[in-house]
Order: sequence, then structure tokens, then C-alpha cells
Amino acid sequence: MTFRTPTGGSIDRNTLLHFTFNGRPYTGHPGDTLASALLAHGVHQIGSSVKLGRPRGIVAAGSEDPTSLVQVEAPFSEPMLLATTVELYDGLVARGLAGQGRLSPEPDPARYDAKHEHCDVLVVGAGPAGLVAALTAARSGARVVLVDEQNQAGGALLGVDEYLDDRPSAEWVADVVAELKSTPGVLVLERTTAFGMYQDGFVLALQKRTDHLGFAAPASVARQRVWRIRTRQTVLATGAHERPVAFADNDRPGIMLASSARTFLHRYGVLPGSRAVVFTTDDSAYCAAIDLAESGVDIALVTDARPEPPARLAAECAARGIEVRAGHVVAGTDGDRRVTGARIAPLAATSPDLTVDCDTVLVSGGWNPVVSLFSQARGKLRYDAELGAFVPGEELPTVRVAGSATGELDLGACARQGRDAGAQAAAAAGFTPGGQVPLPVSDSRCTARSGLVLWRVPGDDDASFVDLQRDSTVADVLRATGAGLRSLEHVKRYTTIGTAHDQGKTSGMIAAGIVAEELGVELAEQRPTTFRPPFTSVSFAALAGRDRGELHDPVRVTSIHPWHVAHGALFEDVGQWKRPWYYPRDGEDLHTAVLRECKATRESVGMMDGSTLGKIDVQGRDAGKFLDMLYTNMMSTLKVGRIRYGVMCGVDGMVIDDGTVIRVGEERYLVTTTTGNAAKILDWMEEWLQTEWPHLDVHCTSVTEHWATIPLVGPRSRDVLAAVAPSLDVSNEAFEFMTWREAEVAGVPARVCRISFSGELAYEINVTAWHGIAVWEALMAAGEKYGITPYGTETMHVLRAEKGYPIIGQETDATVTPQDLGMSWAVSKKKPDFIGKRSFARAENNRTDRKQLVGLLPVDPAVLLPEGSQIVETDRLPEPPVRMLGHVTSSYPSAALGRTFALALVRSGHERIGETLYVPVEDSLVPVTVTESVLYDKEGARRDG
Amino acid sequence: MQLIPCPWCGPREEAEFHYGGQAHVAYPEDPAALTDEQWAQYVFFRENPSGPFAERWSHHAGCRRWFNAVRDTRTHDLLAVYRVGEPMPEVTA
Repeated sequence: MTFRTPTGGSIDRNTLLHFTFNGRPYTGHPGDTLASALLAHGVHQIGSSVKLGRPRGIVAAGSEDPTSLVQVEAPFSEPMLLATTVELYDGLVARGLAGQGRLSPEPDPARYDAKHEHCDVLVVGAGPAGLVAALTAARSGARVVLVDEQNQAGGALLGVDEYLDDRPSAEWVADVVAELKSTPGVLVLERTTAFGMYQDGFVLALQKRTDHLGFAAPASVARQRVWRIRTRQTVLATGAHERPVAFADNDRPGIMLASSARTFLHRYGVLPGSRAVVFTTDDSAYCAAIDLAESGVDIALVTDARPEPPARLAAECAARGIEVRAGHVVAGTDGDRRVTGARIAPLAATSPDLTVDCDTVLVSGGWNPVVSLFSQARGKLRYDAELGAFVPGEELPTVRVAGSATGELDLGACARQGRDAGAQAAAAAGFTPGGQVPLPVSDSRCTARSGLVLWRVPGDDDASFVDLQRDSTVADVLRATGAGLRSLEHVKRYTTIGTAHDQGKTSGMIAAGIVAEELGVELAEQRPTTFRPPFTSVSFAALAGRDRGELHDPVRVTSIHPWHVAHGALFEDVGQWKRPWYYPRDGEDLHTAVLRECKATRESVGMMDGSTLGKIDVQGRDAGKFLDMLYTNMMSTLKVGRIRYGVMCGVDGMVIDDGTVIRVGEERYLVTTTTGNAAKILDWMEEWLQTEWPHLDVHCTSVTEHWATIPLVGPRSRDVLAAVAPSLDVSNEAFEFMTWREAEVAGVPARVCRISFSGELAYEINVTAWHGIAVWEALMAAGEKYGITPYGTETMHVLRAEKGYPIIGQETDATVTPQDLGMSWAVSKKKPDFIGKRSFARAENNRTDRKQLVGLLPVDPAVLLPEGSQIVETDRLPEPPVRMLGHVTSSYPSAALGRTFALALVRSGHERIGETLYVPVEDSLVPVTVTESVLYDKEGARRDG
Repeated sequence: MQLIPCPWCGPREEAEFHYGGQAHVAYPEDPAALTDEQWAQYVFFRENPSGPFAERWSHHAGCRRWFNAVRDTRTHDLLAVYRVGEPMPEVTA
């Protein structure tokens, strides 16, 4: 049996669409939603409820629907969509959900993007008020953006058969939209939901661009777009949602909001059923009853909770043979997968006096203005007792509300509000009014009048549902108030009412009303629950936009990167950099590869890509003076051509970075930083220069990516360098440790520094990034006869740890001083001041039990301590609390030492050298010997080759 | 997303800015002359008012300039912005 009317609705009856729901084939038309197409086939049950497994249908016709959750399976699996907002397309496959969907395990092939838009006046909602507001603002010359969540403008007009100015309302809507679209500077966005309103006129809106095209969606068009709108003024014409009433078994399929049934009739040409009972507390449901009766639905009874029904509407009902019973309510329903009867009772009585057979119950409990965005914009709400709803309670300087979102229910008055709001918004944005927009005159038989405010009908509270999606009942609300909860926010959390996909659009007000009733307080005294974005569900894919996969986070690679890839390097993320981690040969794991790389480097020659090292060019007359304040040691005395290692501290005296400083010229230094700290240290320098010492003549520039930096390391490094830099005297006498030379390396101008992060003879070759790969390959070729070995960050870490060189951020956190690291030698005694110096004199900094950097040698040389392990004093754990002495910061097997070793921060560590301490590893305590942090080549004999 | 009026660039989105804490806390002329407590006041202690608060901001992803702003901590409204070295303007919260 079909429930499609013979004519009417904005659907294309000449085109048939095929779709599948819960495994069964159906047909519909362009213009249908999945919900309307199912209703046309008499299908009301969509799914079942999340906790109780009760059958659930379609309550509303739009995005406020609490129940019709479906999973679309084709063309792409997407959970938790509402059948009432899924536009029908050919080939759609969907199934009903029991409150929970399933994310697709497949990557979403669709594109998503974002667009920025700036305007003078943003109008949200293209109903009568919004259209008039937008047109009024547009005629003033303002840049206007009009967004609306429907696929066509009209708002509430889409669900009625009213005439405006003696012609179908659709014609009036089409004229307004046509003028808007032809006005320069006006943007009309359909299928676009403003879902979040933030400070300073920032509004986020989601546009569904190709969802409705299904399989025909072009892959080149972003499926959804997040509009990031910045507006001077906003007009919220967001309309109102009809409110249900809670009564026993009010959740059966076939029970829906009266105005939604009217929308299904007029917009989609669909009847909700054959025989309906109407339960109302206000006038608007009469229009639904009359319209449906005229379309062939048998209206069995209209129960009006009010003692006096509206005379004219009651007469119209009588003229159509519809019985109206005043002072009565629906107090319960029968049925299983579909409502089969309504139990009618006098409002005051406890038991029904009549059961009416029906397949549809239409409910109207009044209207809730949609105030979500207004509330998000920090507008205060006010309880309107006549309406039984919260309405905007104040004026905001940049946000105006018009239409039924204010609680106004008369179309003419809504349009007038729209015109006023549009004019005021345009004026506030600096525009003078253009031609006045005439207000439409409606022929509606429904004079709007607020009704009786009724939250619930007494009955079985356990079956009287407040939030159908959360399966939360009147009984749950009473349990909350019974438990002593008095605030609406607390009740919301206790009952979960309003926390589902619909965010309580139809349930929140009822819950608030019942709470106030139970507590005997005025709703006007209650603070409504906070509305938060998003207004409707937004997928993470849409929010991510194009920032997925490779574009999720910038990836930085060095100029030599392609060589590393070609030679099988595995990579490690260091900040945004991809750094070679190690270069495994056939069958090697990390452990064996690193032992090989370390051995080759210490015994012959190795090479790594150090280009990621942060590099800051510091120039100016006061550069030396500035660096003296930044580093703990003296930099102004450094001679041109020489290099000094330096440590930087915060004002609290804790180490924040270290690196080398090269004096390039009289007024020029090149500072290097830890890879991950480059940006932070540049910021640090700028902060001091701009906010404390603006009188200093110093300029800092990041040059990290200008240079390719190649440390050439090991006893044979001198031979390799000599082979590619014939003009450079590489002898120890001519090219001392901690100096630098300009030279041609592999035919390229280079700056060669004699610095070492491994204790070995080493040269750091710096060339412009452009030549990085050529120089790298030349060095590889020249080193071939020595077995030159490229190594990665892991080997670098082992080599430096064997020498006790700390890595800032690994050996240190924000509580470690240079003295704790055993680096008092790097702290100037001569300088009158530098950042951190005063803190070194604090009592806290001079405690003898500070954690200090030491080496640890497990007594069993094969045991590798996990990094991060705690360190304790005794070989048996005492009762908790156990005193922790510190933790392991680095731990490696060492080729050079022929055993494992670790670095650690240990309380009074420098005094404990020689002691045995214990490291809990899983269930055992591993004995370790405390040593100095330098474990290899303590005398520094290898430095000069 | 709040707009912050950079005194050099004009209004820009807050994501471009870094917060720098209380303004007008000068590095002491002679730290060595301070007692431990005075030094600790400089290093660790900051105001936390409810209402107008002069604080430092950096237009980090823009012109990279530091500037000062008076913000009402109750509303986040920026009551004034001014360049480093300029005196704090009179504001009404």
C-alpha cells in the first residue's frame, strides 16, 4: 500500500529512484529524504533503541529528529546519519541502527575542504524571517551570506501549503532567492548548517556539497566543506522546533510531531498513516489535522489538553467531521512495531477512559525557539512561561534574532522582525538602507497562539520517554531529582538527557520542565543547560578537511633525504623532521645495525646527515654582548675563526638548550641549537631582544635550511676530508679542534668546523643545501676505501652517550642545571650577569641531594636497562612509599665498551660514584654501579686523531 | 576564534599569537643585588587578577613582534593593545 499522495510536494514524480533499506528494495523520487521515501511505503520503524531495544521510528521531519538513526552502507559506509536529513539518491543502501553505528574500516575516498569567507551580515536560516533579513541587508549594499541547512530555501514554509500575497509561498521564496543570488556581494549557501558560533563574529558552517548525489558525486568536488565565516553582524533566523509531550509508551513508531507530519505531507507528498489521533496543547496541530484530513487521513480524534479548544479551528474540524475532545490527553498507546491505539484520558484523571484504534499519533506540545547559536554567542536566555521555552533574553551588539527563534509564531510578525534585524545589522555594519522589502501576507488559517504548557502526562513513568535516543524516561528525571540534584546541568549528566546526536533538541526543555515541576521551583530561576557546538553532527573528516595523511602535519626533509631513502634508511621523527635512524643491511635489526655503525665510526670513519641542526645567524654590533647574556659562558671573547660550546638556561637557571657558537665575523655569529629546539630558541632570542633589550643592535635569522651539515667522524675522517678538499691543510696543527675554516670541499665552497659529538676526530662540513647531496656522495666515494659508513640518529646517540654528552630534553627536563650535568666548566665565573646566573645562588640550586648526571653500568654487562626506569637504594624493595633516587635517561649496548651502559639522573649522583644501586625491571631489582658520565676515552685522546 | 588587534598588523585570528604572561615585569637591573626572595618574586610570581590585566603577546605566526595588551580576564575582551615601551593606557573594564 502506498502512502504517497496523488499530487503535491516538491518531488520529481517522473523520476524513480531505487534504494535498499534493511536489505529490502524500495523506490522513491528526487526531492525525497530517506525518511519520506520509507514513509511513502508505510515503513515507520527505522531501528531500535540503544538500551532497551524498543522499536523506534521517525519523530520529526528534520535535523531535530531524535530517533531515525541509520548507517548508510553505499556508496560509502557512514554511521549515525538521520533518515530525515539523508537526501535520497539512486542506489542508496542504508540500515537502521540501534543507537550506535560502525565507522568504516576503509579510508574515506572523498575529499573534504574548508573555505574562509568574510561578510558584513551573516543570516542563518532561510525561512521567512531570514529571507527578508538577508534581502533587506543585501539591498543596503552589505556583503551578505545566507546559510540554510535545507536543500532549498523556505524554512517552515516548505512544510505548509500557505499562500503568500495570493500565490503559493514557494513563488515568493523563489523571487527573494533570485534577487539575493543576482545581487553582487551576496552568497547563498544551501545544505549548509551553521553549527558553531564563536567570538568576534566567527561562525563555522558545514556545507554538504555532494552527499545528495550518491554514486553520481564527482570525485573532483569536495564532498563537504567547512565554511569559516567571519562576519561583522549576524541575524539568527533559526526557527523553532515543535516540542513533544512525555506520556506512557510515547516512543512507538507511528508517533510523530504534528507539524512534522504536515511537512511530510506538503513537502514530500507523503501521508504518515491511515488513521491518526492528534494530541495537542496548542493551535498549530489543528492545521496538521485539517490538512491531513483533506488529504485522506482519517483523523479519529483530536485531544486538546486545554479546557477550551480554539473556537474557529474546532468549528473547522467539526465541518470535516473531526471530533475534538477538550481537556483530554493521550495517556498511553498500544502496539509493538507500530502504534495500534491511543488511550485517551481526561488531563486530570489517572486512568484512560477510552482507547482509539489508530496507526498514527500526532503530538504537539508547543514550540521551542532554536536558541543554540545565540547561546553559543554568550547571549543570555530567558524563560518565557507562556511559550514554555527559553528565548533570547538580551540584545547583543553584533547578534540579532528574528522570526520564530524569538518565540514569535505569526508569519507576518516573523517577517517584520527579519526586516528590522536585517536593516539594523546592515546599519551597524555601516550601510544605509536600500529599497524596503515588502512583507508577505499569509492566508494561513492557523492563527498562532501559545497553548497550555504541558511537559508530561501522568502514567507509567518508566515508559514515558523524555530523550528517546538515550532511552531516558520521566522516571530517570525523577530519580535524579530524588537523588538531590537540583541543577539542570547535573540532571543532564545524571540522566544523559540531551547528550545524544540531537543534543536534546526535542527533549531538553521537557526535562527542564519536569525538574522544575518536581522541585517546585520556577523555570525562570533555573539556568538552562549550556548549548555547545556543534548544532548538528559534524564528521571528523569534514573538520580535518585536507589536513589528512601527508598534509596532516608538515614533513621536513633535508636536501640529502633522497640518498637516505635510496639507501634503505629507516627514519625517525624529530619534531617535524624525518631523520635517518639507522641504515640496516640485509637482515639487520636496530641493535646489530647500530653496533656495526658505531664500530665502523670509532675504528675508521662514519658520516651522518646533521642538516636538521638548528642554525641561527646572529648579527649586529651588540651580537657578542647579547650572546653573553644568553649563554652561561662567554661568547664575546671568542675569536673569529673559533668555535665554543655553550649552554643556555632559563631565568630559573635550568638548562633549555646547548650547542656550538661559531664566530663568523666581528659582528656575526652562527649559533646552533638542538634539532627540536630551533624555533623555540629563535623565539627566546626575539623575546629578550624585543621586550628587554630593544636598544641592542642585534638581528637573528633562522638559517637552518640554508645549510646541509655533514659530520664526518672517526680516525679516518682526516684522510677522507683531505681527499675531497685538496686546498685545505687538515693537519692538527693547521686546523685545530674548535676552529673552523672556509674551504672548497668536492669543488663546493664549504665551512668546515672541527667539532665532535662523539669524542672522535671529526669535521662538520657545511655547504649550501643545494650542494648537499653532491658533497655527501663525494665524501662517500672518497671514504669507500676506508669503509665509510653512513649512520643515523641511534648511532649518534650511542656515540655521544659513551662520552657522557647529554641531549637536552633526554638527559634533562626543566629541572636540571648545568652543574647537575657536571658542566660547571661551561658556566662563566667572570661575567657579571647572564640569564639564569642569579638562580645558581639560590639555596635550592645548591642542595647536595640534587639529581645529577652519572653513568650506570649494570653489574651483568648483558643487561640493558629500560630508559625511564626508576633507581632505588636497596636490593630489596621496602614497604611503599619507596624512595626513588632518580631515573635512567639513556641506555644502550656499546660496541666500544663491549657491554651495556646507561646515563641517569641520580640524587647526589656525583657523590655516589662507585656505589651499587638498583633498578627495578619488571619483577627483579637489577644491580648497577654508579660511574662518571664519561665512559669512553676519558682522557680525550681520540679527539685529534 | 577571537580576533586580536596586533598593533602592527591589525586584527588577526588568535591562532597566530603566542601568550607571554604578565607585562611590565622588567628584568632586574642588578640581579646579584637582590635577595633570594626578591629574585624568586621576579622568577616565579605573577599576578592573577579577575578583570583588566596587562599582558604580553607575540604575533608569532605574523609579524613576530611582541606587544602588550590589556585583557579583561573575565570576558577575554581586549581593552587595549600597545607597543613595547609604551605606557599602559587607561582602560575601563
